[in-house]
Amino acid sequence: MPLLERGRLIDDDWTDVADDLPVPARGRLILPLARWLSDHAPGPQPGRSLGVRLPGDRPTEVDRLVGRFDGLDLIAIRFAGFRDGRGFSMARLLRERHGFAGILRAEGPLLPDQLRFLQRCGFDAVALPEVARLADWQRFLREISVVYQPAADAAATVLAYRHGARAVA
Amino acid sequence: MPHRILTANHLRDGGVVFLAADGGWVRSPEAATIAACADDERGLSTIAATAVADQTVVGPYLVDVTVTDGRPVPVRARERIRVSGPTVPADFRADAASA
Amino acid sequence: MYQYDEYDQRLVDERVEQFRDQVRRRLSGELSEDEFKPLRLMNGLYLQLHAYMLRVAIPYGTLSSAQMRTLATLARRWDRGYGHFTTRQNIQYNWPKLEDVPDMLAELAKVGMHAIQTSGNCIRNVTADHFAGVARDEIEDPRIWAEIIRQWSTLHPEFSFLPRKFKIAITGSPNDRAAVKVHDIGLRMLRNADGDVGFEVIVGGGQGRTPFIGETIRAFLPKQHLLSYLEAILRVYNQYGRRDNSFKARIKILVNALGAAEFARQVEAEWAHLRDGALTLPAAEVDRIAAQFAPPVLPPVAEPIPAFDMARLTDPAFGRWARTNLFAHKVPGYASVLISLKPVGGVPGDATADQMDALADLADRYSQGEIRVTHGQNLVLPSVGKAHLPDLWQQLTALGLAEANIGLVSDIIACPGLDYCALANARSIPIAQRISQRFADIGRQHDIGELQLKISGCINACGHHHVGHIGILGVDKKGEEFYQITLGGKAEEDAALGKIVGPAFSYDAVVDAVETIVDTYLVERRSGERFIDTYRRTGLAPFRARLYGETIDAAA
Repeated sequence: MPLLERGRLIDDDWTDVADDLPVPARGRLILPLARWLSDHAPGPQPGRSLGVRLPGDRPTEVDRLVGRFDGLDLIAIRFAGFRDGRGFSMARLLRERHGFAGILRAEGPLLPDQLRFLQRCGFDAVALPEVARLADWQRFLREISVVYQPAADAAATVLAYRHGARAVA
Repeated sequence: MPHRILTANHLRDGGVVFLAADGGWVRSPEAATIAACADDERGLSTIAATAVADQTVVGPYLVDVTVTDGRPVPVRARERIRVSGPTVPADFRADAASA
Repeated sequence: MYQYDEYDQRLVDERVEQFRDQVRRRLSGELSEDEFKPLRLMNGLYLQLHAYMLRVAIPYGTLSSAQMRTLATLARRWDRGYGHFTTRQNIQYNWPKLEDVPDMLAELAKVGMHAIQTSGNCIRNVTADHFAGVARDEIEDPRIWAEIIRQWSTLHPEFSFLPRKFKIAITGSPNDRAAVKVHDIGLRMLRNADGDVGFEVIVGGGQGRTPFIGETIRAFLPKQHLLSYLEAILRVYNQYGRRDNSFKARIKILVNALGAAEFARQVEAEWAHLRDGALTLPAAEVDRIAAQFAPPVLPPVAEPIPAFDMARLTDPAFGRWARTNLFAHKVPGYASVLISLKPVGGVPGDATADQMDALADLADRYSQGEIRVTHGQNLVLPSVGKAHLPDLWQQLTALGLAEANIGLVSDIIACPGLDYCALANARSIPIAQRISQRFADIGRQHDIGELQLKISGCINACGHHHVGHIGILGVDKKGEEFYQITLGGKAEEDAALGKIVGPAFSYDAVVDAVETIVDTYLVERRSGERFIDTYRRTGLAPFRARLYGETIDAAA
């Protein structure tokens, strides 16, 4: 599956580890949430990166993950559909309230015009649908240059331009 | 089984159109081709799917009609209004002002 | 009035070019209808029963004369010479061609207007009291806050894919003219014990299939916290509003399921994290926006004003109009003038391009170039010197815009209904036309007095039938149009939902039924009672008896 990370297309070298299989010693691995939260969660190890996947329709799962960010390099949020916007709130909470600093990835049947919203909410990677046209996705990052509201990204808001950084600090 | 005609909206201008016997799209329901059996309907739907794919129309669907003097008249009030346009004259204001 | 600065302008300009490109790609086949539909809806473009429909926002109901002329231009150049003002301070064009819509949006952008978020499951156009800034009973101009909300909610990255659409209304007066209790969020400005101005926050009102009167979840919110508190409400709703059934997805269902107290607790818990954060409104920005809503400089004129009083006393037609179509202005010697878009036999809320242009001229001449749009589908010239009222009335009369029926039985709210709307079950407009013709005698209407009649063509309730003193709901029975009547609804600070009076009436019978209801009121009313007062005293019983005779109780 192609992966759009910070506006560039890259290969996705993360792989899923099923519930009942041993966790490989090396590689970039996505675990089921329950496994990460269990007492037997794998620990840090050179050459291995670990991630978890949250269902985008269960916002309370974010709370279960809070305090378990050590050694976690990636959180993937799988949107149930493009109309299901819960993942946007989950992302902002992970970034802005709980301080998750690893890779935040959006997955699921998303639309190109959601890319900028995803970025603004703190996602830095999007797993594109197989049939996606890259140009369609990148287009949406360029078309609108104005942002009115503070979010999880560093974009300067209209308020900052109008009144200088101090007014909105 | 009821008779049916196939309607859609024209993509470019949004207007109501009907599928005619020659496979073209017409504005008048009187020129619409009337399906009398499931085979007919499948044929119309296939043509409509092509017209959707080549950006001619959007949202095609079949409408139940009764046939009077060879002319299709939709069964439901909704479709009768869709066929004939708003029942409110567009120049009502002129009427009111001159009355 | 608020003037776009370079940032506001850039956003709408970029949005127009974005949509122009999307339309181009749709017409060339690069985009399928499935891909294009969510994009067009986010620009207010629907596909309706007969054609496309473009819904343009009139934020908080305020228009300049230049903007009104642009609305006229759109109607004339790209539509069929008219537009329809809606209950949500929008205007709808019923016949645009898809290929023309980018040009229409570009024309709107030139005067700081747009169709952004007039559709879709996002925060819609924020509505406000149509007398904002000029009403005598006002605490503070709510448009300052409506504009702040407009900017915050525009392309909000977190709240553009909510469970369902989201409507916010705001009033700056204790007398609610914005129907704040039947919105997803209603904000009512008030003064606390210390004399500070803030907001009462009301959540979970709404109409549609499951109507609710909103509940107050915070009695007083200091103004600088407005956006952080709204963000907290929206975040709770975005995460926990139902998404399994679109009929149960509005915030009212969540508030009702949790109970207002528990919903308020969740909002407050969320807000504890957000308050005093990046959304705290800087005074400099509030001041910048407030300065643009500074009231026009109107030298007070001592009352009484002889020219006005003389005309009132000597011309009964002017006197009637002055009784119903004027509203108290905060500056002595001025009035706000309500312009009825409900002529006898007309389409409620429709105006022709020529009427729009003429009104723009009248606004320039008499009302500092300002026009308002009401949620009752009428227009307002907000600040007219009373000495000019007889002249203005003459000119409105010539335009067919001087109907003296504001608040009366023919001042009907009606949705487009089955004549235009793809969702409707029955027609609304012809019912409104026939009722206004039945009550065409304006003297009779004035005798009947205040009576709000509201008609929806389906259960989505765009015609606000739940809160009409008389509400009419169109239903489909086996492909034919029927009409269910409710009585006792009210949209203001003492909001109430109407009760169904009995079995539905046919298209042919419904106007007689309305007349029977009005006649019953005239028989039952005591001195000084309005229709709603009589109903609240008597309940449904006398109306049912007159409408259905003995049969209803036997059948029930």
